Amino acid sequence: MIGEQEIREGVDRETVETVQGMGSYKYGWSTEIEMDYAPKGVSEDIVRLISSKNGEPEWMTEWRLAAYRRWVEMTEPRWAMLRYPVIDYQDQYYYAKPKSMETKPKSLDDVDPKLLATYAKLGIPLKEQMLLAGVEGAEGVAADARRVAVDAVFDSVSVGTTFKAELARAGVIFCSISEAIREHPELVKKYLGSVVPQSDNFFATLNSAVFSDGSFVYIPPGTRCPMELSTYFRINAENTGQFERTLIIADKGAYVSYLEGCTAPKRDIAQLHAAVVEIVILEDAEVKYSTVQNWYPGDENGLGGIYNFVTKRADCRGDRAKVMWTQVETGSAITWKYPSCILRGNESQGEFYSIAIANNFQQADTGTKMIHLGQGTRSRIVSKGISAGHAQNTYRGQVSMHPRAKNSRNYTQCDSLLIGDKCGAHTVPYIEVKNHSSRVEHEATTSKVDEDQLFYCRSRGMDAEAAVALVVNGFCKDVLQALPMEFAMEAQSLVAISLEGSVG
Amino acid sequence: MMQAARASAAARLAEMGLPGRRDEYWRWTDPAAFAQQATPEAAAYRVDKPIFDGMDKLRLVFTDGVFDAAASDDPALAGVEISHLSEAPEWAGVLYGRLEAAGQSPVRRPFAVRNTAEAQAGLMIRVTARAARPVHISYRQSSSTSEAMLHHVVKLEAGAELTLLETGTAGARANLVLEVDVGAGARFHHIRPQGRSLEHRVISAIFARVGAGAVFKSFTLSMNGRLTRNEAVIEIIGDGAVAHIAGAALGDGADGAFHHDDTVFITHGAVGCESRQVFKKVLRHGATGVFQGKILVRPGAQKTDGYQISQALMLDDECQFLAKPELEIHADDVKCSHGSTTGAIDETALFYLRSRGVPREEAVALLVLSFLADAIAEVDDAAIAAEILARLEEWLAGHRG
Repeated sequence: MIGEQEIREGVDRETVETVQGMGSYKYGWSTEIEMDYAPKGVSEDIVRLISSKNGEPEWMTEWRLAAYRRWVEMTEPRWAMLRYPVIDYQDQYYYAKPKSMETKPKSLDDVDPKLLATYAKLGIPLKEQMLLAGVEGAEGVAADARRVAVDAVFDSVSVGTTFKAELARAGVIFCSISEAIREHPELVKKYLGSVVPQSDNFFATLNSAVFSDGSFVYIPPGTRCPMELSTYFRINAENTGQFERTLIIADKGAYVSYLEGCTAPKRDIAQLHAAVVEIVILEDAEVKYSTVQNWYPGDENGLGGIYNFVTKRADCRGDRAKVMWTQVETGSAITWKYPSCILRGNESQGEFYSIAIANNFQQADTGTKMIHLGQGTRSRIVSKGISAGHAQNTYRGQVSMHPRAKNSRNYTQCDSLLIGDKCGAHTVPYIEVKNHSSRVEHEATTSKVDEDQLFYCRSRGMDAEAAVALVVNGFCKDVLQALPMEFAMEAQSLVAISLEGSVG
Repeated sequence: MMQAARASAAARLAEMGLPGRRDEYWRWTDPAAFAQQATPEAAAYRVDKPIFDGMDKLRLVFTDGVFDAAASDDPALAGVEISHLSEAPEWAGVLYGRLEAAGQSPVRRPFAVRNTAEAQAGLMIRVTARAARPVHISYRQSSSTSEAMLHHVVKLEAGAELTLLETGTAGARANLVLEVDVGAGARFHHIRPQGRSLEHRVISAIFARVGAGAVFKSFTLSMNGRLTRNEAVIEIIGDGAVAHIAGAALGDGADGAFHHDDTVFITHGAVGCESRQVFKKVLRHGATGVFQGKILVRPGAQKTDGYQISQALMLDDECQFLAKPELEIHADDVKCSHGSTTGAIDETALFYLRSRGVPREEAVALLVLSFLADAIAEVDDAAIAAEILARLEEWLAGHRG
C-alpha cells in the first residue's frame, strides 16, 4: 500500500492519494434481484441452452457449438506478464438473467424498477433525456447539451436501448446483439466472426461459444450517426462470467462515436469477463471507440476483482477508413486486452490512445496491434502507464508493415510512470517492417516525475506541488485530449492527475 | 571441476533440447541451420589485409576451430595469464560454464549450453593488472566444412584492464561463447569485427558479470555472413557499474543471403548503474535484420540509467527489420528509455548533398556512415575506431549501385 511506504520526493501527495483513492471503489454495491441462472459450468448443453434462451436460429447455435468444440482443444495463453491462479472454467455461471426479464419488456417503461434504479445509481441515463456533458445533476439544459443513446447490459442480458426510434429514422441500427441475430440475421451472418474468427484465441473462442449479449451497431452508407452511442456493462451476479459480444459496422462514408463503460460489485472471489468487440469499417467510414474500463479491481490486498480478458479488433476494409481506440483502464484485477487495427484499405488510419493505471495488486498487460496491409496507411500509438502499490503494468504491442504496405507510417510512444518502489512497468513491443518506403518510430520511457521539468517549473516561481501537478497532468494529456467530452471528464477524475486543488 | 561443468551442461541440454521455429526467442531467426547435425558448407574467404594488422597486440590464432600455435605469438604479457581449455587452471574451472548457466534464466539459450558441454577449445585469460597491449583472438577458416565450437573465459581481477580483439571467421559454422567476469573497478573493452566470409554461419554468446564501479564495453561489426546470431547476456551486480554494448551491421543480399540477429539481455541488479545498447543495421537486396533487446531492472536497482536504441536503414524494398525492444522495470527511481526506428535514406538530406555537387553514390555512402556514427562512437580507442571506419568505407565502396 502506498500509504505505508515512503513517498518519493517529487511525487506529490494528491497524485498519490487519488491513485490510492481508486481503491475505494465507487461502484462496489450490488443490486438485490432475483436471477435466473443456467447451471454452473460450460458444456455443449450450456451452449445450446444460452442459444435457446436468446431465441436464436439454428445456424447461430451451430456457430457457437463449432466454437465450443474448438475451445475444448485450446490451451489458455500464458505469455502475458500476468500472474493469477488457475481459473476453473467449470466453476462459473455462464448465464444469469434477472427473473423480471423473462418476458422481454416492450419498452423501457416496462423494465423492473430495480434495474432502472441500478443504472440511475450508476449515473447512466436510461430515459431519453438530454445529457449535459460531464456535469451531473446540472440545472436546466445548456445549449451544448449532447444526447447519447445507451444500450444497458446487466449480467447476461440487455435491459434496454434508448433512442431507438430516432436512430432508426437515420437508418442506424442500434440494439442488443441477441435482437440483431433475430431481426437482422443477414448482417450478423455476414460480419460476425469476420474480424475476430471463432478460433482466434482461447478467450475469444470461449466468448464465441457462450456470449450472451452485447451491442450491435450498423451505420448505413453516408450516414453520420446523429448521436453518440454507448453501452454500459454491469456485472451483478456472483460467480458469473460476463461474455459480451459487440459488433459495429460502419458502411461506406459512415461515422459513429461509440462509448463503453463497465462496473461490477465488490466481491471477494474473482470474476471472469471475456468480451469480443468486432468493428468493420468500409470505404471512407470512421469509427471512434472509447472505453472507460472500471471493473472492480479487487481490494488493497489483491482479493477479488474482475479478470478481464478482452479481444477487440477493428478491420479497416475500405480505402481511407479510419478507426480510433481510446481507453482508460483503471479497473480489473487482471487486464489482458489489445485493441487492434487491421489497416487493409489504402490510406486507412488507425489510432490507439491508452491510459492504464494499476494500483495495489492490479496487473495490466495491455496494448495494441497495428497491422499495415494497404498502401499509405498510417497509425499512431500513445500509451501512458501508471503503476503504484504492488501493481504490474505492461505495454505489449505489435506494429507490422507488410511488403505491400508501401509509404506507410507508424509512430509509437509508450511512457510509464512509477509511484513507489514495489511496482513494475514493462514494455514489450514487436516491430516488423518488410518494405523500405515505410517509416516506423518507436519510443518508450520509464521514469518517475522528471526532475528537470520540475526544476524548470519551480524556477518560474511555481511551488513544488503545483509543479508536480503540471508535469503529471502533462503526462496523460495526449490521451485525455483524444477522449470524447463526457469521458474526458470522467477519466480525468479517475486518473486524477489534474490537480487544481493542490495548487490553490 | 571442468569435467563437472561439462557434464552438468550436457544434462541441462538433454533436459531443454534445441529450440525450434515456434520458440518465442527464435520467432524471427530460424535455428535449424545451427541445430542440424551436418555442417552447412561455406566457402572460405581469402583475407588479403587482416584488420588491426599494424597494431601492437598479442595475437592468438584459431584455424577451423583449432589453436594454431605456429601462427600465434608467445602468450607472455605482463599482468595477463593465458592458458587453454584443455589445461585450464583452477580459477577457470570454477568460472567455466557458470556465467553461461546463470544466463539461462529467464530465457533459455540451448546453443550456449551445448557449447559449454562440447567446446573443442578456448582460451582462459586472467587479468591482474592493466594489460599493456590488446589480446587478439584471430579466427581463420580454411575448410569449407569446418565446425568451430570455442569457449573462452576471461576474468578481470579488481582494477585490471584489458582490450580483447576478436576477428575473423572461425569456421563454416561456428558456435562461440565468451564468459567475462569483470571484477570491481576493472575495465574490459571488446572489439569484434566478424569475419568477411560471405557464407559462414555463426551463433555467438557473451555472458558477462560486471562488478562495482567496473566498465564493460563491447562493439561488434558485421558485414558478411549468411546467418549471424549474436547474443549478449550482461548482469550488472555491483553499484556504479557501466555496461555498453553496440553493434553495426551492413548486409547486402546480393552477396548471398544475409540474416543478422542481435539478441541482448541486460540485467540491472545494483544501484546507480548505467547501460547502453546501440544497434544499427544497414540493409539492402533482401537482407534481414533482427534486434531483440531487453533491459531488466530488478527491485532495488535504483538510480539506474538504461538506454537502448535499435535502428535500421533500408536501402531498398526487399529488406526486413524485425525488432522487439523490451523494458522490464521493478524500481521507481530510474530513467530507462528505448527507441527503435526503421526507414529509408532521408531524401531531403540526399537532395542537400547532391545540390552541393556530391555524386549520388557518395552521398548515400556518407549518409550511411552518419547513420552508423552513434554505434562507432562506442569504440573508445581512436586507432581502433579508425580501422573500423576504414573497413566500413571499403565495404561501402564495394557495394555501390
